[in-house]
Amino acid sequence: MRLDTRFKWLPTPILSLLLFFVWLLLNNSVSAGHLVLATILALVIPWITSPFRTKQPLVIKPWLAFRHLLLVLYDIITANVQVAILILGPNKKLTPGFVKVPLDLTHSMPITILASTVSLTPGTVSAEVYPWRECFTEGEKPKQRFLLIHVLNLKDEQALIDTIKERYEAPLKEIFQC
Amino acid sequence: MLDTVILIVFAMIGLSLLLNLWRLLIGPSVPDRILALDTMYINSIALIILYGMSMGTGLYFEAALLIAMLGFVSTVAVCKYLLRGDIIE
Amino acid sequence: MTEWIISILLLIGGSFVLVGSIGLVKMPDFFMRLHGPTKATTLGMASLLTAAMVFFSTAQSGLSVKEILISIFLLLTAPISGYMLIKSAIHHKLDSIERTQGKDNIEDDV
Repeated sequence: MRLDTRFKWLPTPILSLLLFFVWLLLNNSVSAGHLVLATILALVIPWITSPFRTKQPLVIKPWLAFRHLLLVLYDIITANVQVAILILGPNKKLTPGFVKVPLDLTHSMPITILASTVSLTPGTVSAEVYPWRECFTEGEKPKQRFLLIHVLNLKDEQALIDTIKERYEAPLKEIFQC
Repeated sequence: MLDTVILIVFAMIGLSLLLNLWRLLIGPSVPDRILALDTMYINSIALIILYGMSMGTGLYFEAALLIAMLGFVSTVAVCKYLLRGDIIE
Repeated sequence: MTEWIISILLLIGGSFVLVGSIGLVKMPDFFMRLHGPTKATTLGMASLLTAAMVFFSTAQSGLSVKEILISIFLLLTAPISGYMLIKSAIHHKLDSIERTQGKDNIEDDV
Protein backbone atom coordinates (compact mmCIF):
# COMPACT_ATOMS: atom_id res chain seq x y z
CA MET A 1 0.00 0.00 0.00
CA ARG A 2 1.42 3.37 -1.03
CA LEU A 3 0.12 6.54 0.56
CA ASP A 4 2.40 9.16 -1.06
CA THR A 5 1.38 10.58 -4.41
CA ARG A 6 3.07 9.97 -7.75
CA PHE A 7 3.35 13.64 -8.79
CA LYS A 8 3.64 16.65 -6.52
CA TRP A 9 1.56 18.90 -8.77
CA LEU A 10 -1.23 16.33 -9.22
CA PRO A 11 -2.20 15.06 -5.75
CA THR A 12 -5.26 13.06 -6.79
CA PRO A 13 -5.24 12.02 -10.47
CA ILE A 14 -8.58 10.19 -10.35
CA LEU A 15 -10.38 13.11 -8.70
CA SER A 16 -8.92 15.44 -11.34
CA LEU A 17 -10.17 13.18 -14.13
CA LEU A 18 -13.62 13.03 -12.49
CA LEU A 19 -13.81 16.83 -12.13
CA PHE A 20 -12.78 17.26 -15.78
CA PHE A 21 -15.50 14.94 -17.09
CA VAL A 22 -18.21 16.18 -14.70
CA TRP A 23 -17.62 19.78 -15.85
CA LEU A 24 -17.86 18.75 -19.52
CA LEU A 25 -20.98 16.65 -18.84
CA LEU A 26 -22.70 19.44 -16.88
CA ASN A 27 -22.19 21.85 -19.77
CA ASN A 28 -22.79 19.13 -22.36
CA SER A 29 -20.19 20.49 -24.74
CA VAL A 30 -16.60 19.89 -25.85
CA SER A 31 -15.85 23.40 -27.13
CA ALA A 32 -12.34 24.76 -26.64
CA GLY A 33 -13.37 27.22 -23.92
CA HIS A 34 -14.96 24.54 -21.77
CA LEU A 35 -11.99 22.21 -22.29
CA VAL A 36 -9.60 24.88 -21.00
CA LEU A 37 -11.88 25.76 -18.06
CA ALA A 38 -12.30 22.07 -17.15
CA THR A 39 -8.52 21.56 -17.19
CA ILE A 40 -8.00 24.59 -14.96
CA LEU A 41 -10.68 23.37 -12.50
CA ALA A 42 -9.32 19.82 -12.50
CA LEU A 43 -5.84 21.09 -11.61
CA VAL A 44 -6.70 23.89 -9.18
CA ILE A 45 -9.44 22.29 -7.02
CA PRO A 46 -7.35 19.24 -5.89
CA TRP A 47 -4.36 21.55 -5.33
CA ILE A 48 -6.36 23.88 -3.03
CA THR A 49 -8.10 21.08 -1.14
CA SER A 50 -5.11 18.72 -0.75
CA PRO A 51 -4.08 20.08 2.71
CA PHE A 52 -7.56 19.23 4.06
CA ARG A 53 -7.83 15.66 2.89
CA THR A 54 -6.46 12.59 4.63
CA LYS A 55 -3.99 10.52 2.61
CA GLN A 56 -5.71 7.73 0.70
CA PRO A 57 -4.01 4.63 -0.71
CA LEU A 58 -2.89 4.88 -4.31
CA VAL A 59 -4.46 2.82 -7.08
CA ILE A 60 -1.43 0.80 -8.14
CA LYS A 61 -3.07 -1.07 -11.02
CA PRO A 62 -5.53 1.22 -12.87
CA TRP A 63 -6.22 -1.29 -15.65
CA LEU A 64 -7.25 -3.97 -13.14
CA ALA A 65 -9.42 -1.39 -11.38
CA PHE A 66 -11.21 -0.66 -14.67
CA ARG A 67 -11.80 -4.38 -15.30
CA HIS A 68 -13.09 -4.82 -11.74
CA LEU A 69 -15.50 -1.90 -12.32
CA LEU A 70 -16.91 -3.61 -15.43
CA LEU A 71 -17.32 -6.90 -13.50
CA VAL A 72 -19.18 -5.08 -10.71
CA LEU A 73 -21.47 -3.34 -13.22
CA TYR A 74 -22.31 -6.72 -14.81
CA ASP A 75 -22.95 -8.20 -11.35
CA ILE A 76 -25.25 -5.29 -10.45
CA ILE A 77 -27.48 -6.02 -13.45
CA THR A 78 -27.71 -9.79 -12.83
CA ALA A 79 -28.13 -9.27 -9.07
CA ASN A 80 -31.03 -6.89 -9.63
CA VAL A 81 -32.92 -9.42 -11.70
CA GLN A 82 -32.39 -12.04 -8.95
CA VAL A 83 -33.53 -9.63 -6.22
CA ALA A 84 -36.59 -8.63 -8.25
CA ILE A 85 -37.58 -12.32 -8.55
CA LEU A 86 -37.02 -12.83 -4.80
CA ILE A 87 -39.13 -9.78 -3.95
CA LEU A 88 -42.02 -10.81 -6.18
CA GLY A 89 -41.96 -14.41 -4.89
CA PRO A 90 -43.62 -15.56 -1.68
CA ASN A 91 -42.31 -14.05 1.56
CA LYS A 92 -42.41 -17.33 3.49
CA LYS A 93 -39.66 -18.94 1.39
CA LEU A 94 -37.12 -16.21 2.22
CA THR A 95 -34.58 -16.97 4.93
CA PRO A 96 -32.90 -13.71 5.95
CA GLY A 97 -29.78 -13.65 8.07
CA PHE A 98 -26.85 -11.66 9.38
CA VAL A 99 -23.39 -12.86 8.36
CA LYS A 100 -19.98 -11.75 9.62
CA VAL A 101 -17.33 -11.69 6.89
CA PRO A 102 -13.71 -11.62 8.13
CA LEU A 103 -11.73 -8.98 6.22
CA ASP A 104 -8.13 -9.13 5.02
CA LEU A 105 -8.17 -5.44 4.16
CA THR A 106 -7.06 -3.05 6.88
CA HIS A 107 -7.33 0.49 5.50
CA SER A 108 -10.72 2.22 5.61
CA MET A 109 -10.74 3.28 1.94
CA PRO A 110 -10.66 -0.26 0.41
CA ILE A 111 -13.13 -1.41 3.09
CA THR A 112 -15.51 1.39 2.05
CA ILE A 113 -15.28 0.32 -1.59
CA LEU A 114 -15.87 -3.33 -0.63
CA ALA A 115 -18.89 -2.41 1.54
CA SER A 116 -20.41 -0.36 -1.31
CA THR A 117 -19.93 -3.20 -3.82
CA VAL A 118 -21.49 -5.66 -1.39
CA SER A 119 -24.47 -3.31 -0.94
CA LEU A 120 -25.05 -3.12 -4.68
CA THR A 121 -24.69 -6.85 -5.49
CA PRO A 122 -26.62 -10.13 -4.91
CA GLY A 123 -29.16 -9.81 -2.11
CA THR A 124 -26.76 -8.39 0.46
CA VAL A 125 -26.56 -5.06 2.28
CA SER A 126 -23.48 -4.22 4.33
CA ALA A 127 -24.41 -3.04 7.80
CA GLU A 128 -21.40 -2.46 9.99
CA VAL A 129 -17.63 -2.86 10.35
CA TYR A 130 -16.29 -4.37 13.58
CA PRO A 131 -14.29 -3.21 15.46
CA TRP A 132 -15.17 0.33 14.52
CA ARG A 133 -12.37 2.86 14.64
CA GLU A 134 -12.39 6.32 13.11
CA CYS A 135 -8.72 6.39 12.18
CA PHE A 136 -5.72 4.17 11.85
CA THR A 137 -3.01 4.77 14.46
CA GLU A 138 0.60 4.24 13.48
CA GLY A 139 2.62 1.37 14.94
CA GLU A 140 -0.37 -0.47 16.36
CA LYS A 141 -0.84 -4.00 15.05
CA PRO A 142 -4.12 -4.01 13.09
CA LYS A 143 -6.79 -6.22 14.60
CA GLN A 144 -8.90 -8.62 12.54
CA ARG A 145 -11.88 -6.67 11.22
CA PHE A 146 -15.29 -8.01 10.31
CA LEU A 147 -17.95 -6.77 7.92
CA LEU A 148 -21.51 -7.43 9.08
CA ILE A 149 -23.89 -7.96 6.16
CA HIS A 150 -27.60 -8.65 5.97
CA VAL A 151 -28.61 -11.29 3.43
CA LEU A 152 -32.09 -11.44 1.95
CA ASN A 153 -32.04 -15.18 1.22
CA LEU A 154 -29.33 -17.02 3.15
CA LYS A 155 -28.76 -20.57 1.92
CA ASP A 156 -25.10 -21.45 2.50
CA GLU A 157 -23.17 -19.11 4.77
CA GLN A 158 -19.66 -20.39 3.99
CA ALA A 159 -20.23 -20.32 0.23
CA LEU A 160 -21.41 -16.70 0.44
CA ILE A 161 -18.35 -15.64 2.45
CA ASP A 162 -16.07 -17.41 -0.04
CA THR A 163 -17.79 -15.72 -3.00
CA ILE A 164 -17.40 -12.26 -1.48
CA LYS A 165 -13.76 -12.86 -0.58
CA GLU A 166 -12.81 -14.29 -3.97
CA ARG A 167 -14.88 -12.14 -6.27
CA TYR A 168 -14.72 -8.72 -4.65
CA GLU A 169 -12.02 -8.63 -1.99
CA ALA A 170 -9.13 -10.31 -3.82
CA PRO A 171 -9.15 -7.84 -6.79
CA LEU A 172 -9.27 -4.91 -4.34
CA LYS A 173 -6.25 -6.30 -2.49
CA GLU A 174 -4.38 -6.50 -5.77
CA ILE A 175 -5.47 -3.04 -6.95
CA PHE A 176 -4.28 -1.32 -3.77
CA GLN A 177 -1.40 -3.78 -3.14
CA CYS A 178 -2.17 -4.21 0.53
CA MET B 1 -46.12 4.64 -29.75
CA LEU B 2 -43.64 6.49 -27.53
CA ASP B 3 -46.40 8.66 -26.05
CA THR B 4 -48.35 5.56 -24.96
CA VAL B 5 -45.25 3.99 -23.39
CA ILE B 6 -44.46 7.23 -21.54
CA LEU B 7 -48.04 7.28 -20.22
CA ILE B 8 -47.73 3.65 -19.02
CA VAL B 9 -44.43 4.39 -17.27
CA PHE B 10 -46.04 7.50 -15.72
CA ALA B 11 -48.71 5.21 -14.26
CA MET B 12 -46.06 2.76 -12.95
CA ILE B 13 -44.08 5.50 -11.21
CA GLY B 14 -47.26 7.02 -9.82
CA LEU B 15 -48.29 3.64 -8.41
CA SER B 16 -44.90 3.15 -6.78
CA LEU B 17 -45.12 6.66 -5.28
CA LEU B 18 -48.48 5.68 -3.78
CA LEU B 19 -46.95 2.48 -2.34
CA ASN B 20 -44.14 4.55 -0.82
CA LEU B 21 -46.70 6.93 0.65
CA TRP B 22 -48.47 3.96 2.21
CA ARG B 23 -45.22 2.82 3.84
CA LEU B 24 -44.57 6.41 4.96
CA LEU B 25 -47.97 6.54 6.67
CA ILE B 26 -48.03 3.12 8.34
CA GLY B 27 -44.26 2.57 8.81
CA PRO B 28 -43.91 1.21 12.34
CA SER B 29 -40.54 2.82 13.07
CA VAL B 30 -38.71 6.03 12.17
CA PRO B 31 -36.08 4.36 9.88
CA ASP B 32 -38.97 2.87 7.87
CA ARG B 33 -40.34 6.32 7.22
CA ILE B 34 -36.94 7.68 6.25
CA LEU B 35 -36.50 4.76 3.83
CA ALA B 36 -39.91 5.54 2.31
CA LEU B 37 -38.95 9.23 1.90
CA ASP B 38 -35.60 8.22 0.36
CA THR B 39 -37.38 6.05 -2.21
CA MET B 40 -39.92 8.80 -2.85
CA TYR B 41 -37.33 11.36 -3.86
CA ILE B 42 -35.68 8.90 -6.24
CA ASN B 43 -39.07 8.19 -7.81
CA SER B 44 -39.79 11.90 -8.13
CA ILE B 45 -36.56 12.27 -10.13
CA ALA B 46 -37.93 9.61 -12.49
CA LEU B 47 -41.22 11.51 -12.72
CA ILE B 48 -39.48 14.80 -13.58
CA ILE B 49 -37.29 13.16 -16.25
CA LEU B 50 -40.39 11.54 -17.78
CA TYR B 51 -42.24 14.87 -17.79
CA GLY B 52 -39.30 16.45 -19.56
CA MET B 53 -39.42 13.66 -22.16
CA SER B 54 -43.14 14.04 -22.78
CA MET B 55 -42.75 17.83 -23.13
CA GLY B 56 -39.69 17.33 -25.33
CA THR B 57 -37.47 19.69 -23.37
CA GLY B 58 -34.23 19.06 -21.50
CA LEU B 59 -34.80 21.96 -19.11
CA TYR B 60 -35.85 19.71 -16.23
CA PHE B 61 -32.45 18.02 -16.00
CA GLU B 62 -31.03 20.60 -13.60
CA ALA B 63 -34.06 20.25 -11.33
CA ALA B 64 -33.62 16.47 -11.25
CA LEU B 65 -29.92 16.79 -10.42
CA LEU B 66 -30.69 19.22 -7.58
CA ILE B 67 -33.36 16.91 -6.15
CA ALA B 68 -30.90 14.00 -6.27
CA MET B 69 -28.25 15.93 -4.35
CA LEU B 70 -30.58 17.48 -1.75
CA GLY B 71 -32.40 14.19 -1.21
CA PHE B 72 -29.18 12.30 -0.50
CA VAL B 73 -27.92 14.98 1.88
CA SER B 74 -31.23 15.13 3.74
CA THR B 75 -31.39 11.33 4.14
CA VAL B 76 -27.88 11.24 5.58
CA ALA B 77 -28.59 14.24 7.83
CA VAL B 78 -31.77 12.70 9.29
CA CYS B 79 -30.00 9.34 9.86
CA LYS B 80 -27.12 11.15 11.54
CA TYR B 81 -29.64 12.91 13.77
CA LEU B 82 -31.19 9.54 14.72
CA LEU B 83 -27.78 8.06 15.48
CA ARG B 84 -26.23 10.87 17.49
CA GLY B 85 -28.99 13.33 18.37
CA ASP B 86 -26.93 15.96 16.60
CA ILE B 87 -26.11 16.64 12.95
CA ILE B 88 -22.83 18.51 13.18
CA GLU B 89 -20.60 17.35 16.01
CA MET C 1 -35.79 1.75 -34.34
CA THR C 2 -34.63 4.19 -31.67
CA GLU C 3 -38.26 4.48 -30.58
CA TRP C 4 -38.23 0.75 -29.81
CA ILE C 5 -35.00 1.01 -27.79
CA ILE C 6 -36.36 3.96 -25.80
CA SER C 7 -39.68 2.18 -25.14
CA ILE C 8 -38.02 -1.05 -23.95
CA LEU C 9 -35.58 0.82 -21.68
CA LEU C 10 -38.44 2.92 -20.25
CA LEU C 11 -40.57 -0.16 -19.54
CA ILE C 12 -37.66 -2.02 -17.89
CA GLY C 13 -36.87 1.02 -15.75
CA GLY C 14 -40.49 1.56 -14.75
CA SER C 15 -40.92 -2.11 -13.78
CA PHE C 16 -37.75 -2.10 -11.65
CA VAL C 17 -38.85 1.06 -9.82
CA LEU C 18 -42.25 -0.51 -9.23
CA VAL C 19 -40.65 -3.76 -7.96
CA GLY C 20 -38.55 -1.73 -5.52
CA SER C 21 -41.65 -0.05 -4.11
CA ILE C 22 -43.55 -3.36 -3.94
CA GLY C 23 -40.65 -4.76 -1.92
CA LEU C 24 -40.87 -1.73 0.36
CA VAL C 25 -44.52 -2.48 1.14
CA LYS C 26 -44.53 -6.27 1.06
CA MET C 27 -41.54 -7.31 3.19
CA PRO C 28 -42.12 -8.16 6.86
CA ASP C 29 -39.26 -6.35 8.63
CA PHE C 30 -37.07 -3.30 8.14
CA PHE C 31 -33.87 -5.11 7.15
CA MET C 32 -35.64 -6.95 4.35
CA ARG C 33 -37.44 -3.81 3.21
CA LEU C 34 -34.08 -2.14 2.67
CA HIS C 35 -33.17 -4.55 -0.16
CA GLY C 36 -35.84 -3.32 -2.59
CA PRO C 37 -35.08 0.41 -2.72
CA THR C 38 -31.28 0.14 -2.54
CA LYS C 39 -30.97 -2.25 -5.48
CA ALA C 40 -34.02 -2.42 -7.71
CA THR C 41 -34.72 1.32 -7.67
CA THR C 42 -31.10 2.18 -8.50
CA LEU C 43 -31.03 -0.04 -11.59
CA GLY C 44 -34.50 1.18 -12.60
CA MET C 45 -33.34 4.78 -12.45
CA ALA C 46 -30.19 3.96 -14.45
CA SER C 47 -32.34 2.36 -17.15
CA LEU C 48 -34.82 5.29 -17.23
CA LEU C 49 -32.00 7.81 -17.47
CA THR C 50 -30.36 5.85 -20.30
CA ALA C 51 -33.70 6.00 -22.12
CA ALA C 52 -33.80 9.78 -21.56
CA MET C 53 -30.24 10.02 -22.87
CA VAL C 54 -31.13 8.19 -26.10
CA PHE C 55 -34.32 10.25 -26.44
CA PHE C 56 -32.67 13.66 -26.11
CA SER C 57 -29.75 12.60 -28.32
CA THR C 58 -32.08 11.73 -31.19
CA ALA C 59 -34.88 14.27 -30.68
CA GLN C 60 -32.70 17.35 -30.46
CA SER C 61 -29.63 18.40 -32.36
CA GLY C 62 -26.41 16.98 -30.96
CA LEU C 63 -25.49 14.34 -28.44
CA SER C 64 -26.83 14.68 -24.91
CA VAL C 65 -24.99 12.62 -22.31
CA LYS C 66 -25.50 14.69 -19.17
CA GLU C 67 -28.24 12.37 -17.89
CA ILE C 68 -25.50 9.86 -17.09
CA LEU C 69 -24.41 12.20 -14.27
CA ILE C 70 -27.60 11.48 -12.31
CA SER C 71 -27.14 7.72 -12.85
CA ILE C 72 -23.57 7.83 -11.55
CA PHE C 73 -24.61 9.99 -8.61
CA LEU C 74 -27.43 7.62 -7.62
CA LEU C 75 -25.17 4.58 -8.05
CA LEU C 76 -22.58 6.14 -5.74
CA THR C 77 -24.98 7.37 -3.06
CA ALA C 78 -27.38 4.39 -2.80
CA PRO C 79 -24.99 2.20 -0.71
CA ILE C 80 -24.15 5.12 1.57
CA SER C 81 -27.75 6.02 2.39
CA GLY C 82 -28.51 2.30 2.81
CA TYR C 83 -25.61 2.01 5.22
CA MET C 84 -26.76 5.04 7.23
CA LEU C 85 -30.32 3.65 7.39
CA ILE C 86 -29.28 0.16 8.54
CA LYS C 87 -26.90 1.69 11.10
CA SER C 88 -29.68 3.79 12.60
CA ALA C 89 -31.99 0.74 12.57
CA ILE C 90 -29.39 -1.30 14.52
CA HIS C 91 -28.91 1.65 16.87
CA HIS C 92 -32.66 1.73 17.58
CA LYS C 93 -32.63 -2.09 18.07
CA LEU C 94 -35.41 -2.72 15.55
CA ASP C 95 -36.80 -6.25 15.58
CA SER C 96 -36.04 -8.56 12.70
CA ILE C 97 -38.44 -11.43 12.07
CA GLU C 98 -37.97 -14.63 14.03
CA ARG C 99 -36.47 -16.83 11.35
CA THR C 100 -33.54 -14.45 10.82
CA GLN C 101 -30.30 -16.40 11.25
CA GLY C 102 -27.22 -15.19 13.05
CA LYS C 103 -28.87 -12.44 15.09
CA ASP C 104 -26.12 -12.72 17.70
CA ASN C 105 -23.61 -11.44 15.13
CA ILE C 106 -24.90 -7.94 15.87
CA GLU C 107 -22.78 -6.23 18.49
CA ASP C 108 -23.86 -3.23 20.51
CA ASP C 109 -22.48 0.00 19.15
CA VAL C 110 -20.99 2.60 21.40
